[in-house]
Amino acid sequence: MSNHTDSPSALSRRSVLRRTAAVGLLATPAAGLLSACVGGGTDEPNTSATGQVSAENPLGVSVDTPVEVVIFDGGLGTKYATDVHVPSYQKKFPNSKVTFSSTQEVSTALQPRFASNTPPDMVNNAGSKLMDQGKLVEAGQVADLSDLFAAPSLDIAGKTVADTLIPGTIEQGTFNGKPYVLNYAYTVFGLWYSGKLFKDNGWTAPTTWADFTALLEKMKAKGITPYSYAGANAAYYQYLVILTTAAKIGGPDVLKAIDNLEKGAWTNDAVKQAATLWGEIGAKYGNKAHLGLKHTEVQLQQNQYKVGFYPSGSWLENEQSKDTPAGFDYQVAAIPGATASDKLPATGLYAAAGEMYFVASKGKNVQGGKEYLRHMLSKAGAKGFTELTKSLTVVTGAAEGLTLSPGLTSANAALTAAGAANFSFRWDAWYKNLDDECRSATNKLMFQGGTADEFCTRMQAAADKTEKKFSR
Amino acid sequence: MRQGKYPFVIGFLIAPLALYGMFVLRPIAAAVQVSMTNWSGLSPDFDFVGLENFQKLLDDDKVWLAAKHHVFLLVTLPVITIALALFFAFLLNMGGGTRGGTMTGVWGSKFYRVVFFLPQVLAVVIVGVIFGRVYAPDDSGILNRLLALFGVDAVQFLPEFGLWSILGVLVWQAVGFYVVLFAAGMSSIPAEIYEAAVMDGASRVTIFFRVTIPLLMETIKVAWVYLGILAMDAFALVMVLSIDEGGPDSATTVLPVQIYKSGIRESDYGYASALGVALAVFTIIFAVLSLRGGKRNAVEH
Repeated sequence: MSNHTDSPSALSRRSVLRRTAAVGLLATPAAGLLSACVGGGTDEPNTSATGQVSAENPLGVSVDTPVEVVIFDGGLGTKYATDVHVPSYQKKFPNSKVTFSSTQEVSTALQPRFASNTPPDMVNNAGSKLMDQGKLVEAGQVADLSDLFAAPSLDIAGKTVADTLIPGTIEQGTFNGKPYVLNYAYTVFGLWYSGKLFKDNGWTAPTTWADFTALLEKMKAKGITPYSYAGANAAYYQYLVILTTAAKIGGPDVLKAIDNLEKGAWTNDAVKQAATLWGEIGAKYGNKAHLGLKHTEVQLQQNQYKVGFYPSGSWLENEQSKDTPAGFDYQVAAIPGATASDKLPATGLYAAAGEMYFVASKGKNVQGGKEYLRHMLSKAGAKGFTELTKSLTVVTGAAEGLTLSPGLTSANAALTAAGAANFSFRWDAWYKNLDDECRSATNKLMFQGGTADEFCTRMQAAADKTEKKFSR
Repeated sequence: MRQGKYPFVIGFLIAPLALYGMFVLRPIAAAVQVSMTNWSGLSPDFDFVGLENFQKLLDDDKVWLAAKHHVFLLVTLPVITIALALFFAFLLNMGGGTRGGTMTGVWGSKFYRVVFFLPQVLAVVIVGVIFGRVYAPDDSGILNRLLALFGVDAVQFLPEFGLWSILGVLVWQAVGFYVVLFAAGMSSIPAEIYEAAVMDGASRVTIFFRVTIPLLMETIKVAWVYLGILAMDAFALVMVLSIDEGGPDSATTVLPVQIYKSGIRESDYGYASALGVALAVFTIIFAVLSLRGGKRNAVEH
C-alpha cells in the first residue's frame, strides 16, 4: 500500500466554522470573474441545509431535507445503491427523502446543472462520459470531505471513517492537499488469464521477463494470440501496464514525477526501457487486427481461448460474467519483473481505489451528500456492494465472510503477495488531454511499429505543454 | 389596403423572427462570446481571455490535421457522390433507351429507387455500427471474409485506410438521396428536348453530357453545397466507426470531434467554442464560394 494518507492531525483541526469558511472560499474562486453567466444560473452563494451536530449525527445533517444522489449506470449497475445504500440512509433519516437517479452519460446529464449551480448532492462520476474531475475541483464545485473522513464510522465502533479505509484511499482522491473525492471500489490491475487454459497446458504465471516471453512463445506456437488489448477504445489498459513496468524498474517515484509534470519524467530511462520491452511484445506477440477491436470484442476472444494474457482491472470478471464459459477460471498475475536490477519486486501491483464519488459543494444538502458517503463506507454498505458487484471496496475487511469468485480471490492473493509494493498514478484523471495523447502514443507503439523513443518524446512534449494544476 | 401593408407584413414576420432570434442567432452569439473566455462548463464563472483561444487553435496540430481531413472530404465526397448519383439517376430515368419516342428507365427502376434511398432513412449511428461489422479487421468482417475467399490477407480497413473507409460509408449513405433528387430534376426536363435529341441521332452518352447535365446544373450546385456541409461534419460516423474516436492517432479526426473532445471530455468549453466558430466560418466561406464560383448563366428550358 502507498502510505501517504493525510495525517490525522490535519483532520482533527477542522471545525464547523472552518468548514463553512472553506466552502465559502470555494464558492468564489479566482478574482476578476465576469458576472455574466453562460449557463443561465445564478451566482448567489448557495445556502446548504444543516442540522444539529450530535454523536448520532456527527456531520450535522438536516434531518428533513431531501438528498439527491446520481449514480452512473455501468458495469457495476445501480442495484448496490438502490438496494443497500439508499435504504441505509433512509433508515437513519426517515424524514429525509433520498432522490435517486441514474445515468449512462454523466457529463451530458449533469454538466448543465453544475454550470447553473444547481447540482445534485452526491455524484458518482464514472463511465466513458465522466466529467473532468480535476476541472470540477478547480471550479470550486466539489466539497471538501475532511469532516467525513474525521467522523466516526457508521457501524465500526471506535474508529473514524478514515481509520476503516485501505491506506492510500484518501490520497487517491486528494487534490492539492485536500480530500475531495471518495474512490470507493478497490481495483487490482494485472494480466488476466484463464486458469483452465493454463492448467490444461501446464503453464504457470511468469515472474521474470524471460519466463514471460518464453510463455508467450509457447502460446504463439499453439495458435493463440499471446498478448492483446483493444486498440479501438481501451488503449489506457495498456499504458497502465507500460507505466507499471516503468515503476517496477525505477520505483514508484517514476510515476510521481509523471503526475507532477516534471521535466524529463517521461523520457526517464525506466519509462524508456518499459516502452521498449512492451513495444517488442506488441510487435512479436500482439495481433495487428486488435487495433480495430473494442474491449468487449477482445475480452470475448479471451473467453473463447483465443487470447492468452489480457491487461485489465479486477472489474473484468464481473463485466464478462455473461460470456465466460463454465470453468474458465479468471486469474490475475502481477506484471513480471523487467530486469534483474528492478527497484520493486516482481509481485508489485498497480492497485488503486477507483470509481469516483463526490459531494457537490453547491448542492442543497452538502452534509446529506457526505452522510450518504458515510453509509457507503459502513461495513454493511461495503459488504453489500461487494456482494452485488463482485468488486472489492476501500473498506478494510468488508469482504470477510463473503464467498469470493475465482478472479476476486486471485486478485486478493496478488494484493497480499504485493504487500507494500503497490502504487498508482493520478495524471490520467488530472489531465484528460494527456490521457488522450497517451492512448494514441500507446497504440502507435504497440500496433503500428512506433519506437520507445517516439513514445517518450511525444508524451514529454505533451506534458511540457500542459499547465500544471495539481501535485502530490 | 395600402396603408395597412406594413402592420400586416410585420404581423406575419414577428413570430418566426423572434423564434429565429431566440433559437438560432442567440446561441450563435453566445458561442462567439464563450469562444473568448476560459469557461470550463462546470461552473457559472469564467474569465474573458480575448483571442487567446484562437491563438491556441492556430498552434494546435490536431486542428490542422482535422482541417486537412475536411479538405480531403470536401474534394472527394461531392465529386464521387454526385458522379454516382447522376449515373444512377440517368439509368433509372432514361437508361432503358427510347420506347415510343420517350426515354425510359432500366427494367425495375422503381424498385432500385427504393433500394438506393434506403440507407438515407437509417440513423447514422446504426449505419456506423453496421459498417463496423463490414470493416471488421479479422475474418468476422464481411469485407475481409469475402477477401479471404480469394486468398487475400485480412485488410486493416479502419486502422490503415480510416479516412477512405469513412468516405465510403458517407458516399454509400448520401448517394440515394441525390439519386432521387437528380431523378426528380431529370423528369422535369421536357420530353420534347429529348425527342429532338433522339431524332438528331444523339447517343445516350451524348444526351447525358450535352442535354441532361447542363439542364440539371442548378440542382447539382445545390447538391454540391449540401455535400460540402456534410463533409464539414461527419461527426457521428467518425465517433461510432473510427478507432479511438478519430484515430488511430488522429488519422480520421475532424473538427467536430476535436470540439467534442475539448468541450465535453476536457471541459474546455471556451476553446471548444472557438473551434466551433472557426468551423462555422469555414462552412460559410465554402458555401459562398461554391454558390458564387459556379455562377454562370443557367440553361433555361
